[in-house]
Amino acid sequence: MADDPQDARMRTIRARNRALLFVLLGLVALFYALTFVRMGGH
Amino acid sequence: MSDLPTTAIAPVSSAAVGDYVQILKPRVMSLVVFTGVVGLVMAPGHLHPFLAAVAILCIAVGAGASGAINMWYDRDIDRVMRRTASRPLPAGRMLPGEALGFGCVLAVGSVAIMGLAVNWVAAELLALTIGFYVFVYTMWLKRRTPQNIVIGGAAGALPPLIGWAAVTGDVGWGAVALFAIIFFWTPPHFWALSLYKADEYAAAGIPMLPVVAGPRETKRQMLLYTLVLWPVTAAPWLLGIAGGLYAVGAGVLSLIFTLSALRVRRDETDRAARQMFHFSLAYLALIFALLLVDHAVMQPILGAVR
Repeated sequence: MADDPQDARMRTIRARNRALLFVLLGLVALFYALTFVRMGGH
Repeated sequence: MSDLPTTAIAPVSSAAVGDYVQILKPRVMSLVVFTGVVGLVMAPGHLHPFLAAVAILCIAVGAGASGAINMWYDRDIDRVMRRTASRPLPAGRMLPGEALGFGCVLAVGSVAIMGLAVNWVAAELLALTIGFYVFVYTMWLKRRTPQNIVIGGAAGALPPLIGWAAVTGDVGWGAVALFAIIFFWTPPHFWALSLYKADEYAAAGIPMLPVVAGPRETKRQMLLYTLVLWPVTAAPWLLGIAGGLYAVGAGVLSLIFTLSALRVRRDETDRAARQMFHFSLAYLALIFALLLVDHAVMQPILGAVR
């Protein structure tokens, strides 16, 4: 059965959104950890 | 007057996550990251391991940003060359504005985080690297002169300096030696590739040396650069930042690299050039791996002597 182009496009968008969510969460974690390391005098 | 509706339909992106990863040129990024790590490890001094990881992340993202902006600018010639035709932009999977915006955000973000988290000397060097690759190499030199990859190679040679500066806050002679190794390695590496892709470069209008000066002159210059690499790769040992293990290994590797250039000179087919291109990748990785191994072996000995 052929894949519906609309479904395929929605899957692509959902995957992009999830990737963006992980990047943003990663940035939050990065700045959180950075604050502790820099406040530690490094 | 036409009765057609005048509302423009915005083009729709079909770029997948993998396409965003692809425009960061992950294979180039891996070599950039590795040389940056070596600069960071070889530098005298200490950097908190987390900050060192952030510095490497920033170098990786900055390199990826350069790649994305390069793909945005070169999308017309990438369409012409078989090697690059399947990239997300020439293949039509990604909109040009997406690649440009993605690249710019990553460039600014990587420089800002490097400055805020590590130090501003490393951040300035990272900004210089991105700017040099985008404006000097991609936009100015690449389509104008056969010396494009010679001068433009400076951008690819800067990551060890960034790693070094992340630790020390300045640029020492040891870092300059690491820069010089990559700088003089770049021409024979790219000319080996362009020897067997000359027809594609000619079709795309890129004046690579084999297209402009012919294979004979290219092979002569490749050999000269491999000879220059002998003293250049010996520099870390002469400067005292690497020991005998590195010196012997670098000498053997440079001998093989020179012999491969001699084989290319004698070979009338593409075979030797293809082999030299693949060996050139191993050559640079092994030279920098030797620096790491030598450092790991020598540091405890030097510490015991002191």
